[in-house]
Amino acid sequence: MDRWQLALDSLWPLVRAALIGTIPLTLISFILGLIVAVLIALAKLSKIRALRLFGSFYVSLIRGTPLLVQIFIIFYVFPFIGIRMDAWTCGIIALTVNVGGYAAETIRGAILAVPKGQWEASATINLDYVTTLRRIILPQAFKIAVPPLSNTFISLVKDSSLVSTIGVLELLRQAQVIATPTYDFLTLYIEAALIYWAICIVLSFAQKRLENYFDNKATV
Amino acid sequence: MSLLSVRGIHKTFGKNQVIRGIDLDIEPGTVTVIIGPSGCGKTTLLRSLNGLESPEKGVVSIDSVQVNYAEKPTAADVSLLRSKTGFVFQAHHLFPHRTVLQNVTEGLIYGPSLKRPASEANALGQSLLDQVGLGDKAKAYPSDLSGGQQQRVGIARALALQPKLLLFDEPTSALDPEIVGDVLQLMRKLAREGWTMAVVTHEIQFAKQVANNVVFVDQGVIVEQGTPQEVLANPRHPRTREFLRRVLDPLADDAEYAEEVAS
Ligand SMILES: Nc1ncnc2c1ncn2[C@@H]1O[C@H](COP(=O)(O)OP(=O)(O)OP(=O)(O)O)[C@@H](O)[C@H]1O
Ligand SMILES: [Mg+2]
Repeated sequence: MDRWQLALDSLWPLVRAALIGTIPLTLISFILGLIVAVLIALAKLSKIRALRLFGSFYVSLIRGTPLLVQIFIIFYVFPFIGIRMDAWTCGIIALTVNVGGYAAETIRGAILAVPKGQWEASATINLDYVTTLRRIILPQAFKIAVPPLSNTFISLVKDSSLVSTIGVLELLRQAQVIATPTYDFLTLYIEAALIYWAICIVLSFAQKRLENYFDNKATV
Repeated sequence: MSLLSVRGIHKTFGKNQVIRGIDLDIEPGTVTVIIGPSGCGKTTLLRSLNGLESPEKGVVSIDSVQVNYAEKPTAADVSLLRSKTGFVFQAHHLFPHRTVLQNVTEGLIYGPSLKRPASEANALGQSLLDQVGLGDKAKAYPSDLSGGQQQRVGIARALALQPKLLLFDEPTSALDPEIVGDVLQLMRKLAREGWTMAVVTHEIQFAKQVANNVVFVDQGVIVEQGTPQEVLANPRHPRTREFLRRVLDPLADDAEYAEEVAS
């Protein structure tokens, strides 16, 4: 079969795999990962030594092991302890756990970058710890963290291709599935690469818009 | 009975004994001005009154609340103390991501002890902004305001929780000289309205006009206190005299210059 014809025929299935696989996978694990990251960052900033140790342990473990290995471990550990979990869920859990470790350091730095006076002013109007974080500190910390977190997000789009190895049907997996009967892996992989690239170009553009938006909004 | 009573405050930073046994009483409806050289512990003393600083020893009672720092007060105890005080910082520390009105109402709406419905809080917040002369700035962000306006929002924020005692830490020191007056006039107005205030400041003129009690602190202790007439016009202690001389005439002891003029 003609290369170009194959590329054309597989375009929609690949885009579809990006739309129902790659993009939701990335979005869901990023949002869940941010929640993990905030909790780990707070643990590392805690007054309680055990929490600080746990936070450091978590970050060190996640950053010190390959994502691919983390994905395999999570995929095999659930059956091992007797829990049935589909590949999709395993993929999301693995990516969440991973993003949580990386974004935790970003968020910890951003929380520390919020001036101490903001904590003190909150204390004088008698806000408690959780309210101070939620209303005063985290909104300012997120603003500081937007540029590095956008980079984390863009990396995650590409890293999500690794869950193809456990059979999650996303962009790369779809390319493999189409290529296998035709043996034309080159065409399909190039096509998949171009689609990843297109998604990242759009995201970089959105990142700039977002940063400008935050720059224009009331600053410190 | 005193509104505020402080007994035996001691605070050390590392090896640096910053507050070395301070007792202080403040009567309801009075203004106490705290003066003293840089680094003598004024800020530390003021922050100890609402638990922003935790002294090793000492008892602070405001209204019906008592905190004994020697017995490691709980967060709830400190929170009670804070509910009796409002604090105005030198560098205002407004919340940059909230509007002026939200800065004032934040504690009313989200302070766990007295959650108010938003409509009630907004009405109160707006009336406080009117009171500090910023009624038309409710929707602005702090960064849109001048330094003097920002500080007046800081004061409105402190008033919002209707504290028994207002604490001011050098509220005008970071301001351009020509707008210092705005803030001092507002504070004088508050004093006339009967607010009880403790003010750390270098504005001797304000102390003369507004203070009921002037407290001179040096090296972590109260050296002397009394009416402005007593402490500012007829200081008994040499250290007070020396301090006032330097504050009132900062160019006074410049030996080199004196020689130049003489020759
Ligand atoms: N958090 C801190 N850690 C260590 N030392 C501190 C801390 N806060 C204050 N100090 C020290 O305590 C002393 C008293 O400080 P404080 O801020 O109370 O003085 P002050 O009278 O308010 O001075 P100023 O007029 O300059 O504001 C200073 O020597 C200061 O360096
Ligand atoms: Mg000070």
